Amino acid sequence: MADPIKNSINDFTPLEQHLLNDYQHDMSLSATPYADMAQRLNVSEEEVLQCLQSLQDRGVISRIGPVFSPNRIGVSTLAAMAVPEQDLECVARIISAFPEVNHNYQREHDYNLWFVVTASSAEHLDIVLHEIEQHAEYPLMSLPMLDDYFIDLGFKLKTHAHK
Amino acid sequence: MNMAELNKQVLQITTEDRALIKAVQRGLPICSRPYAEIAKQLDTTEQDVISRLQLLMDKGAIKRYGVVVRHKELGYTANGMVVWDIPDDKVDEIGICIGKYSSVTLSYRRPRRLPEWSYNLFTMIHGSSREEVKQKVEEIVASCGLQDVKHTILFSTRRFKQRGASYSAEQAPAKKAAKLHLIKNTGKQKTPAN
Repeated sequence: MADPIKNSINDFTPLEQHLLNDYQHDMSLSATPYADMAQRLNVSEEEVLQCLQSLQDRGVISRIGPVFSPNRIGVSTLAAMAVPEQDLECVARIISAFPEVNHNYQREHDYNLWFVVTASSAEHLDIVLHEIEQHAEYPLMSLPMLDDYFIDLGFKLKTHAHK
Repeated sequence: MNMAELNKQVLQITTEDRALIKAVQRGLPICSRPYAEIAKQLDTTEQDVISRLQLLMDKGAIKRYGVVVRHKELGYTANGMVVWDIPDDKVDEIGICIGKYSSVTLSYRRPRRLPEWSYNLFTMIHGSSREEVKQKVEEIVASCGLQDVKHTILFSTRRFKQRGASYSAEQAPAKKAAKLHLIKNTGKQKTPAN
């Protein structure tokens, strides 16, 4: 890649570096995925389990498992609102209370509140967007994804040890 | 995109698969036989869990399968949503070009909403500081030939909510409306239960 990022990856042990870098995609669907990793990395399964648990407890990894494709098992959209500063906190709470909202960020722009809404069908999504607008009392701009140009191979960490 | 088009991409998911998706969307258990553990919760067999996940993968429901790292905890504390106003006939090519950078984690085409919103390409760029994100944007501008393209960086200043997409069944609308009514009326200090 053209722009490797230097960071604190070298603070991690060699085993942690391998677990963080080598299994972000194409992890096998074997009944014993962690024993498979252990075999490949030449350590015990117990070491792999402990190491992954520790990475998860420290918040370095959020989870191990599937990342679902957008708009395949449900539909989603990115929504934006322009909310005056004094109402922002309250409106953000109202929006976050919807179970269909899974990301909600303040960003520096006239459109200062950005959130992702996910629902089981386009009809359901429409209803939720309408409800959000009604409760928030500000107009909502919906920007559904039209094309996905990103091939998700995870997030490559630059290491000395990595081959 | 209209509703019919949006629905066209959505797979028909059985009740059993919905339950499976719900069981795995927050991650596999970290134990010797994780699928056996999930099978126990769903009252099925380890092999059934594995084959149904394989089927979801084959149908394109799963984009990536493995370790999901958190950017922030790895020192990438600044994230900028960079939005670009790209001529329609160039957006595919440029979206792919930007999507190849290792600091980029999303590259989506979205509709314009004129006159308020003219940007049609959304990319997420991570860095250890705002300066680093800005520098990366400059690099991308130079190498993808975007000198004449209008763009802006929307840095996030506060995270109100962040969790993996939840695809579980919808709440009863009446109950939800009542809950929201309560939040609104009890004023600005009360924290709603999530």
